[in-house]
Amino acid sequence: MFSFCADPQNLEGLTWLSCYLTTGKHMSIYYAVGTVLLLLAITAPIALGFGFGGAVAARSRIAPLRWFGKSYVAIVRGVPDIAFFLFFVIALDQGFEYLRHQIKCPDWDLPIRQGNDFVVCAAAKLPLSTSPQYVHEIYGFFLAVLTFSIVFGAFAANVLFGAMRAVPKAQIETAEAYGLSHRQTFWRILVPQMWVYALPGLSNLWMVLIKATPLLFLLGVEDIVYWARELGGTKTPQFTDYPHPDWRMWYFFGLLVFYLCFTKVSEIVLTRIMRKLTKGQATLGGEAQRREVVA
Amino acid sequence: MKKLLLSSALVLSAGMAFADAHGVVRLGTEGAYPPYNFINDAGEVDGFERELGDELCARAALTCEWVTNDWDSIIPNLVSGNYDVIIAGMSITAERDEVIDFSQDYYPPTASAYLAASEDVDVATGVISAQTATIQAGYIAESGATLLEFATPDETIAAVRNGEADAVFADYDYLAPVAEASGGELMFVGERVALGGGVGMGFRESDTELRDKINAAVTSMKADGSLNALLVKWFGEEAAQY
Repeated sequence: MFSFCADPQNLEGLTWLSCYLTTGKHMSIYYAVGTVLLLLAITAPIALGFGFGGAVAARSRIAPLRWFGKSYVAIVRGVPDIAFFLFFVIALDQGFEYLRHQIKCPDWDLPIRQGNDFVVCAAAKLPLSTSPQYVHEIYGFFLAVLTFSIVFGAFAANVLFGAMRAVPKAQIETAEAYGLSHRQTFWRILVPQMWVYALPGLSNLWMVLIKATPLLFLLGVEDIVYWARELGGTKTPQFTDYPHPDWRMWYFFGLLVFYLCFTKVSEIVLTRIMRKLTKGQATLGGEAQRREVVA
Repeated sequence: MKKLLLSSALVLSAGMAFADAHGVVRLGTEGAYPPYNFINDAGEVDGFERELGDELCARAALTCEWVTNDWDSIIPNLVSGNYDVIIAGMSITAERDEVIDFSQDYYPPTASAYLAASEDVDVATGVISAQTATIQAGYIAESGATLLEFATPDETIAAVRNGEADAVFADYDYLAPVAEASGGELMFVGERVALGGGVGMGFRESDTELRDKINAAVTSMKADGSLNALLVKWFGEEAAQY
């Protein structure tokens, strides 16, 4: 990166470090930080959407919809994350390819399962084996977002389901007394008030989601923990210009600081949101705010 | 993200026009096993297998692309079609041959060795570290020693340095540069053990066409001596040759 980095053996101290930390390999870990943040930014709203849908389905008056919502929550919450990530993603990928295979190659006569192999026609591969590497990476990332959303959506559904039931009954009855329809009651009375009950549970989920990002590597996305381990491992001088002993401790310490800062910032933001949501609510927090104003 | 998805959808549909059986051959490797394969300072796959793979693809007139995958799931991801070839210092064994197909060996049957932090380690009864799902781990499990498994090669050596294991058991060629760089801190102990039927590339069993192309390329590299030249370049003068 810098011009003085051409011959790292003769460098010392900070100059050496500045060259070491800007190698192409280190760029990969900085890039991975971006990937993790992007994943969180995309997954959180989608998972919340899944959760909202799941909660609405679980309390629906239509029986099949209710069964669907309840079994979604029960199944996903009951299966260990790591099993879900290993099995579900391969199944999902093969499911997509199987569907495309049926549509694009109707006259293919070989079996799709040949012993251990899963073989679909070339046009049905997802992504196509001809597509450049970045398409494969985007596809992997997309699968990761979907899997994380389904898993965390189930937990969010449970939290929102509980929050919807926690809204004081008197509020709903009053709405009905005013002649609001079921739909109006739901959107205008129930949903705006439920967030204050949901937030502690949702903030918990957000923290767990942040810490769950290293599972990305199971999905073939190279995340920061993978790179920390790879970069920190002992490097012998034959294969690198920057040999060093086992530095994994320092890299993992860096990760620790990163995750702690990130969760701390999250906590501050969530506390602010909580204050806002509490305003005017018939909860202990809301009551405390009212007293503050009076005093 | 919407834009990204849209553009990738465009690329997908554009790619379809000239998709034949093997437009691009994807080579899967571990990237953590120097000198066979490793990630270099620039963040790219490098090593003996990188040079070998590129040369084989050139000879077989294939367009190749490198992908890294961790060792544990390297076979499942091959059979489910995420890449087409495993080229990761994988020894040819009967158990693996039941699941995947191998090319002819491009590295003669290798010797595995014990590397320890002191001369008087008893490799027959001590605690020996090895990488999960390798022939070395299988060998230690059957011997009288206590097996300590790790997911990456680097961790098996770290275990010896920090005293968790008495010795590490791995391919001699992987351990040799480590021993050299340790400046006498780590040393070879015990006998070397010949394991496996050489190192080969792994293919899906249904993918005989690609395997035959690569096999022909390996044969031509063995015939003109260019494979031997690569072996000497990466493993030194005393490396086994064809």
